[in-house]
Amino acid sequence: MPAGLFWFLAALSVLSALGVVVQRNPVHCLLSLVLTLLAIAVLFIGQDAVVVGFLQAIVYAGAIMVLFLFVIWLLNLPAESRPTGHLALRFFGAVAVAALMAELLVFALPARLQIRAAAHAAGYGSIEALSQTLFSEYLIAFEVTSVLLLVAVIGAVALARRTTAAEMQERGAADKAEIEKAA
Amino acid sequence: MVSLSWLMVLSAAIFAIGVAGFLTRRNILVMFMSIELMLNAVNLAFVSLGSRMGTMDGQVIVFFVMTVAAAEAAVGLAIIISIFRSRETVHADDLTLLRW
Amino acid sequence: MNVEFAALALILVFPALGVLFNMFLGPRLGRKAVNVAGPGVMFLSFAVATVAFLRILAMPEGSALYFTLWRWIEAGQFHVELGLRVDALSAVMVMVVTGVGSFIHLYSVGYMAHDEDYARFFTYLNLFAFSMLILVLADNLLMMFVGWEGVGLCSYLLIGFWYTNPEFAYNGRKAFIVNRIGDAGFILGILTLLSALARHGVWTLDFAELKAHASMIGPSAATAAGLLLFLGATGKSAQIPLYVWLPDAMVGPTPVSALIHAATMVTAGVYMVARLNFMYMLAPDAMAVVATVGALTAFFAGTIAIVQLDIKRVLAYSTVSQLGYMFLGVGSGAFAAGVFHLMTHAFFKGLLFLCAGSVIHGLEGEQDMNKMGALRHHMPITFWTMLIATLAITAVPGFSGYFSKDLILEGAYESGHFRLWLLGAITAGITGLYMFRLIFMTFFGESRVEPDKLHHVHESPPVMTIPLIVLAVLAAVGGWVGLPDGLLWGDAFARFLAPVVGDFKPAVEASPAMLSAVATGLGGIGILLAYVCYLRMPGVPALVAWRAKGLYDLLLEKYRIDELYDLVVTRPLFFFSNQILNRGVDRMVIDGAANGAGLAVETGGELARRVETGNVQHYALVYLLGAIAIVAYYLYLVIR
Repeated sequence: MPAGLFWFLAALSVLSALGVVVQRNPVHCLLSLVLTLLAIAVLFIGQDAVVVGFLQAIVYAGAIMVLFLFVIWLLNLPAESRPTGHLALRFFGAVAVAALMAELLVFALPARLQIRAAAHAAGYGSIEALSQTLFSEYLIAFEVTSVLLLVAVIGAVALARRTTAAEMQERGAADKAEIEKAA
Repeated sequence: MVSLSWLMVLSAAIFAIGVAGFLTRRNILVMFMSIELMLNAVNLAFVSLGSRMGTMDGQVIVFFVMTVAAAEAAVGLAIIISIFRSRETVHADDLTLLRW
Repeated sequence: MNVEFAALALILVFPALGVLFNMFLGPRLGRKAVNVAGPGVMFLSFAVATVAFLRILAMPEGSALYFTLWRWIEAGQFHVELGLRVDALSAVMVMVVTGVGSFIHLYSVGYMAHDEDYARFFTYLNLFAFSMLILVLADNLLMMFVGWEGVGLCSYLLIGFWYTNPEFAYNGRKAFIVNRIGDAGFILGILTLLSALARHGVWTLDFAELKAHASMIGPSAATAAGLLLFLGATGKSAQIPLYVWLPDAMVGPTPVSALIHAATMVTAGVYMVARLNFMYMLAPDAMAVVATVGALTAFFAGTIAIVQLDIKRVLAYSTVSQLGYMFLGVGSGAFAAGVFHLMTHAFFKGLLFLCAGSVIHGLEGEQDMNKMGALRHHMPITFWTMLIATLAITAVPGFSGYFSKDLILEGAYESGHFRLWLLGAITAGITGLYMFRLIFMTFFGESRVEPDKLHHVHESPPVMTIPLIVLAVLAAVGGWVGLPDGLLWGDAFARFLAPVVGDFKPAVEASPAMLSAVATGLGGIGILLAYVCYLRMPGVPALVAWRAKGLYDLLLEKYRIDELYDLVVTRPLFFFSNQILNRGVDRMVIDGAANGAGLAVETGGELARRVETGNVQHYALVYLLGAIAIVAYYLYLVIR
């Protein structure tokens, strides 16, 4: 992809990431996050990873972020009024993050990343190529992931469900019985 | 084509910002979003490397990461809802029951 | 010639059976049973001992009867048997122990007739006899030490027999503890001897084998071992510096004083030196120390005895003094003379104590001589037997003590210890003084007995007077086995013992008659002095005491040695033990370490738990730090 486009997208993603972290109102943070995701999606597409780029936009930015948004609205969260975090945490956190960044930068040096550029095969990044690899080498992982999704769905529903009044009474009775048994 | 290094640097930068956000913010939901940032930074790294190497492996991994992130977001948000129902707060300082 | 004689074991078995019988069945079967069993087993033991003695007499010179019970210790080359051995020396000892012991047991039947704890008494008494017999019959140094310790234990048990009185119990403890100090020296002596021989590859403590290898013991080892073993002897045989327990031991029943602290236990030290004569002959320095300590103790104790008022205390210091004589004898190389005096002393001192017990028994517990007097009319048998014993101890010619004491003084002079001889001779005078003082104050003069006691004064029953008579006969004629050379059969006793203890070789020629005359003369002066002061002019002692009050008080207070020991040894020890070891080491260091370990864990836990803040972001920070570390590691790998 053209260098100019890259730099623009890079700046955009960094700025919006900062926006996520800095802003007070959670909805604003969310919107910044969406922007970051979209920028990254374009970066994906720019590198011939078309499928994941679109998936990023549709699934990540589209579904997951909407989920976030619904939860924010459901909980009716206000903007944060209290200051953020202890001083010690912020200080040590800053130091640690700086250290991490430094280390990672060392790894990112061109001299380190001695990977020969390989030409992209025809149809690289297409859905055929993705499914080719996905359903052959990573088949088991794929199956397991589907089980994971099932479990996640069940779990989410179970956790977020309101307990009915009858269930509350049941729980109360069970607790009382346990206390008496222990006594 | 921009060199791989810059893409890695970008990935590292977004990751660092995500970490900073997680450590700093008190609102649970924003902490969650920081986690998502970190995941995305990693996704970027994977895709870039895969693209350079010419294999699809990077993208497949990103596929999985996205799936897992979705599942994790669902469950995590369910937990947050249930916490909110009992405690009426999502401020991290108030959620320290497991302390000494 | 060594002959095996299994019956030797019976000498030990009978008292052991007595112990068991009196301990377990005694209380149930009653006084009569115990009264038969206690002395009975001793007489049986005496019978077997007599048989053994007669056999020894019949066998050629240097013979011995032996019997090995079993092998006790087996450690590589070193082995120790539990073996019994009767040669000339141990034959004499075992006869004395069982013979005199049997009669004292018999006497105790009468003496303890009113005491409720008779079974326990005879148990302990039999146990003592058992231990003492182990000591004298042992064929090796370690087994002898077992008996040594056993008699120390029995001494403690019997001194503090009436334990409900705290002072008596304290004196029992004092005896045991002082003995233990000596025993430490004894053990070190055993080890020195053992290691000296071990260097040459000989690992043994058997007396016969030690004697056979005597040449391998170097003079320095012999001196060291000799001095260390002698330290044990000063404890057991009440010499300077460890004699302090014996006068206080008089709080025990009088038969105990007679048996243990006159006739048998206290002589164990002398026996030990005599037994190890071959070693001591290699260490003239050690022998000089033994002789000097003996002579000094004899004189020292005699001076204290002059002013004591308690009848038993006079006899106690007298015992210390006479033991000093015995050590003077063996220290001068006259081993036979020392053992001879041991035997005669058992007769007359045992008799003296029994008579004193008879007097005390007749006066219902009175021991202060100031409250006695003119008792010879009331207690004739006691009087005459005690007089015979006193004549023996003051070495009046013809009686047993004369021959043995003279032999010792002769030995001292002829081995070159002139000053020690002189000291011994002067002590003979002092002995005459205090012994006849005792006789005159108790049996002669005006009766100073308390009126209510005067009514009940009576002679003791036959069960008590028969032993007195038997011992009196022995005290009178017992010395005739060791007459001066040239007279009748000469020194049969020394000739009998010679194969075991060697012959005495004089270094200086002297006329025995002259030496005897000097000693006897001094003794006579002492007796005369006592006669004058206590019979003719009763006011003189008080006058002298008033005039020389300082000296008198010093003597009465036994030179304040006990107080000195308390100041120099006991208090510093207690201070060290309490302040330094208890407070310092035990509480601060050891408890501190133990508590500190717990405290450390507790504190560590206190600090460590603060990590669990419950705050997710803190945990995330820690994660991050871990991640940084891992990345750094890879960085390090990559950079290299």
